[in-house]
Amino acid sequence: MNDKAETMPGGKALLDRQDERVKHEEGFAGSVKAFWSQVRSGDLGSLPVVVGLVIIWTVFQLLNPVFLSSNNLANLLFDSSTIGVISLGIVCVLMVAQIDLSVGSVSGLASAITGVLWVESGWPVWLAILAALAVGTLIGALYALLFNSLGMPSFVSTLAGLLAFLGAQLYLLGSNGSINLPYDSPLVSFGQLLTMPDWVSYGLAALAGIGLFVTGYRTAARRREAGLSAESLASLLAKAVVVIAAVEFVVFYLNQSRGVPWLFGLFIALVLAMNYALQRTKWGRSMRAVGGNPEAARRAGIPVKRIYLSAFMLCSTLAALGGILGAARLASASQQAGTGDVNLNAIAAAVIGGTSLFGGRGNAYSALLGIIVIESIASGLTLLNLSSSLRYMITGAVLAIAVIVDSLSRRSRVSHGRA
Amino acid sequence: MPDVLPHANPAGELVLALRGISKNFGAVSALTHIDLDVHAGEVVALVGDNGAGKSTLVKVLAGVHQPSSGTIEFAGKPVKLTSPSTALDLGIATVFQDLALCENLDVVANIFLGREKDPMRLDEVGMEIRAWQLLNELSARIPSVREPVASLSGGQRQTVAIARSLLLEPKVILLDEPTAALGVAQTAEVLDLIERVRERGLGVVMISHNMEDVRAVADRIVVLRLGRNNGVFTPDSTNQDLVSAITGASDNSVSRRAGRRAASTPAQENHP
Ligand SMILES: Nc1ncnc2c1ncn2[C@@H]1O[C@H](COP(=O)(O)OP(=O)(O)OP(=O)(O)O)[C@@H](O)[C@H]1O
Ligand SMILES: [Mg+2]
Repeated sequence: MNDKAETMPGGKALLDRQDERVKHEEGFAGSVKAFWSQVRSGDLGSLPVVVGLVIIWTVFQLLNPVFLSSNNLANLLFDSSTIGVISLGIVCVLMVAQIDLSVGSVSGLASAITGVLWVESGWPVWLAILAALAVGTLIGALYALLFNSLGMPSFVSTLAGLLAFLGAQLYLLGSNGSINLPYDSPLVSFGQLLTMPDWVSYGLAALAGIGLFVTGYRTAARRREAGLSAESLASLLAKAVVVIAAVEFVVFYLNQSRGVPWLFGLFIALVLAMNYALQRTKWGRSMRAVGGNPEAARRAGIPVKRIYLSAFMLCSTLAALGGILGAARLASASQQAGTGDVNLNAIAAAVIGGTSLFGGRGNAYSALLGIIVIESIASGLTLLNLSSSLRYMITGAVLAIAVIVDSLSRRSRVSHGRA
Repeated sequence: MPDVLPHANPAGELVLALRGISKNFGAVSALTHIDLDVHAGEVVALVGDNGAGKSTLVKVLAGVHQPSSGTIEFAGKPVKLTSPSTALDLGIATVFQDLALCENLDVVANIFLGREKDPMRLDEVGMEIRAWQLLNELSARIPSVREPVASLSGGQRQTVAIARSLLLEPKVILLDEPTAALGVAQTAEVLDLIERVRERGLGVVMISHNMEDVRAVADRIVVLRLGRNNGVFTPDSTNQDLVSAITGASDNSVSRRAGRRAASTPAQENHP
């Protein structure tokens, strides 16, 4: 091919700024304006959740001043982490426009397997955990097999799995109904007590901002060198400072009582890893493509079936991990584990956080944001001594609102040509 | 491009040879015993009426559909195109009539889909630069490569699909109505591009309903009718011959219209 486009004589507009029809907002005011027009066209991102969270926190704080206390927030983070991990798996299957309705049962089964193998059969704890995780992975592979080779909709296969694996959980636990995990074991303290030393939490918070700045700076430098528009140093610095200040403040507040749970640290690490995988790897790109248009993905040479397989396996494995962490949190593997609202909370969290039910759109942070919304509601209602009947109704309503926002913003994106 | 190109057959080696390709969709025989040769450095135009089976043939070559019978040889060796990725790996790139883009992904992601640089750490900057180069070669008018494809016009999407087919450095390019939605400048650019690609020694199969475009670039014109071969023509064969091969009759609506127009305005008949 000829390379007339490769040389860029001096004074020529930047490679991606040559079309005079496009408005490019510069500077800080410009970023705000661009963000606003993006929101208006239906690309809401995490905005609805953040607004919702502020409202929820304000209301509960007014009703009960304990709500925003450092201690209650630390508890909230412990609770969020277990179901949050499950929700992270849901993000994966939603990304390829599938669903897993059995994550609750799979998490319960995993906790039962851990309990039986570790406490009753005397396996080393790590081996019991690995076995439970492996069962989760196999379950995901089974769903993928049913979907890929028989065309069984995941809605149906996982609904069948919901019952079947609940049955398996009850069978494993037998007539006793529950197994207590030893209180002094590392697994249980990890799930109930362990928090980061202050210096670690402050350090990690600072690292987050510095990491953000360094990667942003490197990208901007490369883009500028290549003749592409790039983010300004001031804007990068401003972002990093805001992130550091915000996270350090949260850490400082939590450190006033129990501190930042290691369990939550694990959850955040998983969220960051998933975010990287979805945004910056070929696998993540393929996941989005398959969720958006499986036939186009196939014609581009993407191994579509393998992508579905990876999504289902990741989801069930993370569900199993969530179940194990949940067992550690409660120091028991019981018949109730993974039942009730676990399933729905995990799915609701992903959707509330902004991962679309229609596939191909969303990110790992939605699991984090969504689960904090859900656990905030749960914690606030518990503090108000409201019965679980009311809690279910309110959580149900919040899920409905989230799905409505998802559907409306999808419609708006279509009419603004951003589907 | 009004100039008359010397369509001397470049007589490159045979890259793609189809023998007796048939494809049935249930009771419908979309293709029946199709033979087709594509040489290196040759542009083969595939023409035919709506539903003649052109897109089906292209999809067979792209590995999207498996033929019901027949053999395909690529560079002298028989091949089985069992999936789109085998066709892509052989070096057969395709622009589909329905484009097959992912609307939720941006232009860069679509162009590089399935062929991203650095699988574990996507080189976004590198990919964006290459995307702009490809688009500029096509004189694309695309405001931003970081917008989802859903926000592009039909012609812009077509340009993106063409840019994607060029990325691989393929040996054969299949273009299913590549200029159907394009503007004047962009059409000329694509025809130029087809010629440049031919000069580089690639085989090109182009489907088009626009006889002017076909005559401008094609070395051979292969006519399909109702899923069967219906003649091979050179670009300087008469319109009459082509139309009757396409429609299957010398007395057809096209020639009748031409006749009526000639009768009512005899003065304008003798323009080139
Ligand atoms: N997936 C399919 N299932 C069933 N029938 C099909 C399928 N694809 C194509 N056909 C049939 O095969 C025949 C040829 O279709 P094809 O798309 O190849 O036509 P075409 O020559 O590309 O027409 P056009 O000029 O309108 O694009 C048509 O009768 C069509 O109905
Ligand atoms: Mg067609």
